[in-house]
Amino acid sequence: MVRSHILVCGGTGCTSSGSLKLIDSLNAEIKAAGLEEEVKVVQTGCFGLCALGPIMIVYPDGTFYSRVEAKDIPEIVSEHIVKGRVVERLVYNKTTEEEAAEGRTSSLNDTAFYKKQMRIALRNCGVINPEKIDEYIARDGYFALGKVLTEMSREEVVQTILDSGLRGRGGAGFPTGLKWKFAMGSEGQKYVCCNGDEGDPGAFMDRSILEGDPHAVLEAMAIAGYAIGADQGYIYIRAEYPIAVNRLQIAINQAREYGLLGDNILGTGFKFDIELRLGAGAFVCGEETALMTSIEGKRGEPRPRPPFPAVKGLFAKPTILNNVETYANIDQIILNGADWFKSIGTEKSAGTKVFALGGKITNTGLVEVPMGTTLREVIEEIGGGIPNGKKFKAAQTGGPSGGCLPASLIDTPIDFDNLIAAGSMMGSGGLIVMDEDTCMVDLAKFFLEFTVDESCGKCAPCRIGTVRMLEILNKITEGNGELEDLDKLEELANYIKSASLCGLGQTAPNPVLSTLRFFRDEYVAHIVDKKCPAGVCKSLLSYVIDADKCKGCTLCSRVCPANAIEGSVKNPHVIDTTKCLKCGACIEKCKFGAISKQ
Amino acid sequence: MKTLAELAAIREQMKDKVAIRTGSGEVRVVVGMATCGITAGARPVLNAFVEEVAAQGLADSVKVTQTGCIGICQYEPVVEIYEDGKDKVTYVKMTADKAKEVVEKHLKGGAPVAEYLIGNI
Repeated sequence: MVRSHILVCGGTGCTSSGSLKLIDSLNAEIKAAGLEEEVKVVQTGCFGLCALGPIMIVYPDGTFYSRVEAKDIPEIVSEHIVKGRVVERLVYNKTTEEEAAEGRTSSLNDTAFYKKQMRIALRNCGVINPEKIDEYIARDGYFALGKVLTEMSREEVVQTILDSGLRGRGGAGFPTGLKWKFAMGSEGQKYVCCNGDEGDPGAFMDRSILEGDPHAVLEAMAIAGYAIGADQGYIYIRAEYPIAVNRLQIAINQAREYGLLGDNILGTGFKFDIELRLGAGAFVCGEETALMTSIEGKRGEPRPRPPFPAVKGLFAKPTILNNVETYANIDQIILNGADWFKSIGTEKSAGTKVFALGGKITNTGLVEVPMGTTLREVIEEIGGGIPNGKKFKAAQTGGPSGGCLPASLIDTPIDFDNLIAAGSMMGSGGLIVMDEDTCMVDLAKFFLEFTVDESCGKCAPCRIGTVRMLEILNKITEGNGELEDLDKLEELANYIKSASLCGLGQTAPNPVLSTLRFFRDEYVAHIVDKKCPAGVCKSLLSYVIDADKCKGCTLCSRVCPANAIEGSVKNPHVIDTTKCLKCGACIEKCKFGAISKQ
Repeated sequence: MKTLAELAAIREQMKDKVAIRTGSGEVRVVVGMATCGITAGARPVLNAFVEEVAAQGLADSVKVTQTGCIGICQYEPVVEIYEDGKDKVTYVKMTADKAKEVVEKHLKGGAPVAEYLIGNI
């Protein structure tokens, strides 16, 4: 009889840090100890604490091991599994003395990282083995589908989603129930699509849901199919997400085998099936019309709306398209009711939101919090703050379509409307934290370079306008900017926003506008003082050696790739700025802190 | 094709197996499993607890776990039962049969089995 489960994260983050090898080695050690009947090793989806991977949890005690290496496995098995002694050096959150006296370790849910989280979309991630449909069923899986097919009319399903206040988690926050209602009213062949083309730099929410709980998305799509009257669904997913693609295909096959997809689902006569379509990684294909054009097998370019997809979508038929995370909420809304969902979050943004925390933050990873949680709670409490004692400068949300929230807005409750009021947007949930070493002009340039690359080129404002904006930003960061450039940037930005065909172009100027709004002084410093206050923009920097601190050890001159540092032993060295490449190698080598950027 | 009833059967069958991972359980049965405990026969005791708790349908509320040396090696195998709001109960010199009895009378019935308690040895 199994008395202990060892859960090992099989998400992309932990897989790349070697978690699959740990599983093999755990199984081998457990077998060697003769415990294979008693201890079960389970590969799960993402736990969220990607920065500390590979991650492993031992139940029933719930001991949370982080940064486990293959060499630790024999010790974990011989000490913890055989003798019940926790391997303290690998435990993520140290236990309190009281708990240790009782032979108990801190529950995962008590750690600062998880305490403020509320997991609805991620409820099964890190709990079930995503490749086993039975484990999903054990957690009430497919009972929401059973409920709608046997107890609810199509209208009731749509009304429940409307009443829940669920808004699209892909970025724009359009009410999901409304989309369904429009599509329900159309006649004939219809389609249900899932947008898994997660493309924002630094975002991995959808990937983790698809990897950790693929059945939740399949079930929700079948519910949507019943509600609007469709019998075919498509999941559009990036080919760069091989683990997610693989697990989705396994899930689809298992669901078909159980008759949860296909003809006559659960014996009710309802018919629905799902196919995967792999995208080749074009950012524009995350835009709904471009995505559907791509599913049709054509070049993924957007088209003007209206007609909206609910009227004329995939193959010119009425279609609903929802994001992965949106679907992951549907099953729970059906099971627990619209009122339950509406009671979570804020008045106009019900429920929770998953964020991918990245950038200058201690706990890089995936978190799910109720809407209305403040940025401060997410960054300081859950995220563990900024590493190396640096100061928080700004958080970027919404990726290349969003903007940044400066330190003065850190107490803003995060929801759709507050973020838009602050000049940013929710986006799909990437949250990139920046400290004092980040140059905001350089950041805006980074996102603009991304949109310039990813513009499909169909409409001129986006194709040409973003390039012109980037040229101005390059001019500024190279020290050739003029103050009029800022006005030009704003003027261009507004043209691009109002005249672009699709969401990509309409939002592409946001990072520039947002940084101009909150960090205009940094732009001015680049233009007027020819300085980059954060010390990032190379053209505006010069490296100098403080003659008083320099001991003449010659380390810097030996490491300089450009031979730009001159000086003799025990005498202060000097950097020839005409030769200096500003690579920073000398600063790293200097033991006396004598070299600085100015 | 599965019916809703068959789905419910799978859920019932799987629920206890996944329940172990949610960390719930108001009652904790802790078996001392250091070298002293294992030598004295703690492993069959641990397994008996796991099996009997499941057999009695208590897996949702009772968590069977292990710990290291409790410090009274001469009394091993030692089993301690923690329940919220109640004093800790310590059983000593346990066997698989005694474990089954404890599950039946203490965990299910609510009355500790006095003769196996540390004070009575």
